[in-house]
Amino acid sequence: MNPLAIIGRVFLDFLGAIGRVAVFTFHGLRHIFAPPFYFRLLVKQMMTIGYFSLPVVGLTALFTGMVLALQIFIGAGRFNAESAVASIVVLGITRELGPVLGGLMVAGRVASAMAAEIGTMRVTEQIDALTTLSTNPFKYLVAPRLLAATLSLPVLVLVADIIGVMGGYLIATHKLGFNAGSYMKNTLDFLETLDVVSGLVKAAVFGFVIALMGCYHGFHSRGGAQGVGKATTDAVVSASILILVANYFVTELFFAR
Amino acid sequence: MSDKPNKIVLKDVHKRFGKKVVLDGLTLEVPRGKSLVVIGGSGTGKSVMLKCVLGLIRPDSGQILIDGQDSMKFSADEREQALRKFGMLFQGSALFDSLKVWENVAFGLIQGRNMPRKEAKDIALDKMGQVGLGPEVGELSPSELSGGMQKRVALARAIAAEPEIIFFDEPTTGLDPIMADVINDLIKSCVQKLGATTLSITHDMASARKIADYVAMIYKGKIIWHGTAAEVDNSGNAYVDQFIHGRAEGPIKMEILKP
Repeated sequence: MNPLAIIGRVFLDFLGAIGRVAVFTFHGLRHIFAPPFYFRLLVKQMMTIGYFSLPVVGLTALFTGMVLALQIFIGAGRFNAESAVASIVVLGITRELGPVLGGLMVAGRVASAMAAEIGTMRVTEQIDALTTLSTNPFKYLVAPRLLAATLSLPVLVLVADIIGVMGGYLIATHKLGFNAGSYMKNTLDFLETLDVVSGLVKAAVFGFVIALMGCYHGFHSRGGAQGVGKATTDAVVSASILILVANYFVTELFFAR
Repeated sequence: MSDKPNKIVLKDVHKRFGKKVVLDGLTLEVPRGKSLVVIGGSGTGKSVMLKCVLGLIRPDSGQILIDGQDSMKFSADEREQALRKFGMLFQGSALFDSLKVWENVAFGLIQGRNMPRKEAKDIALDKMGQVGLGPEVGELSPSELSGGMQKRVALARAIAAEPEIIFFDEPTTGLDPIMADVINDLIKSCVQKLGATTLSITHDMASARKIADYVAMIYKGKIIWHGTAAEVDNSGNAYVDQFIHGRAEGPIKMEILKP
């Protein structure tokens, strides 16, 4: 086949995919704000996405904070700037590592589960069954997941921020010889509201992206077990990439001068 | 087919997926309060036809009338209202595995009609009783049930909201002959009790003979014969004869790739 034709086909497929995701996003958002609302499903999804992700996100944050303290101590030691450990740990965790690593861990755990569940519902005609039972699948399956993930991730990341900072604190005070009081003072003195808020906004965006990709790929899965497997993989990969892309744009929005 | 006005009418419906033509000018009338069974081989367009009527698939052209109204011109709200007239039993039952059995049966009442859970549960248990399932089954998960029990639950779900129209998609597929007959009897009794109009698709002739008032045969996306259930054995149509007798030889050629 003509190489130009191949490039053209790939580009057209890419544009088509963007269009389909945009339409899916529009419908998802519309159904979040239009009644009826399924509060029971919303709470259930918030438990699944937020509460049950806490162990994996908490552990990620703890070890990230610990490693960060060690690495910064070593790096800053080259410039006799060891006192900066506390401030860099807290900024690193709240601005970047808390939301991004938390988002990526939740993407692996939640986007895959959503795609697998909705994908299985698609191939076993359960989504068609919803329609025949006067229930809009977007409203019942997609809207609660989008809203739950968007609301849960900031709370999850806030807890992760605290655990991450505590990880740094533990290493700094027990291994690197920092004074506990002055470490905490340095942490709090350098921390600004915007550092935390920007991280939480990122978390909300990442939560939306994770649920969107999980639902989108699940909704469009085809062809039995293999199709569901592909949808699951695509959901995790696309959610992870979009988290990294969205991270840049939100950072630019908050901090670009 | 009948003097009564038709409940559902499909006129010259076309649908293709890519290059594959699935419905090729399909025309069909389902008389009010009667049971029409569409027979036909695999891949002849039976399921697509049902999904077109339900609005799950949009036809490329043609007209689908439900109670005289053109369903292809429905707004989203009108479609939602029209769907309240329907119940459907899916080929694989399509039970929601995250819900208990009684919640499956009551789903359309709770989510679709905002009925309180307690009231909906009472109705669900009553409908389960009508298909021979005790209240203890209601607390189980669908995965804990046999195929035959799942079909019964799906039937109870299809009739729970007492719809005017019920679709049965291969209701006896995958069941042993005795359980298939039990399901056929249940379909017949439930439909008679409701006075519903039914459209079924199947390639199980025993099932078709039992539940049909009228039979139509679909082949290559078109209705090639229709008549009463009593006429199907003397249709005078070579395609119908071959199909109902399950003969490999005849005008219907299976698309088999020979090595």
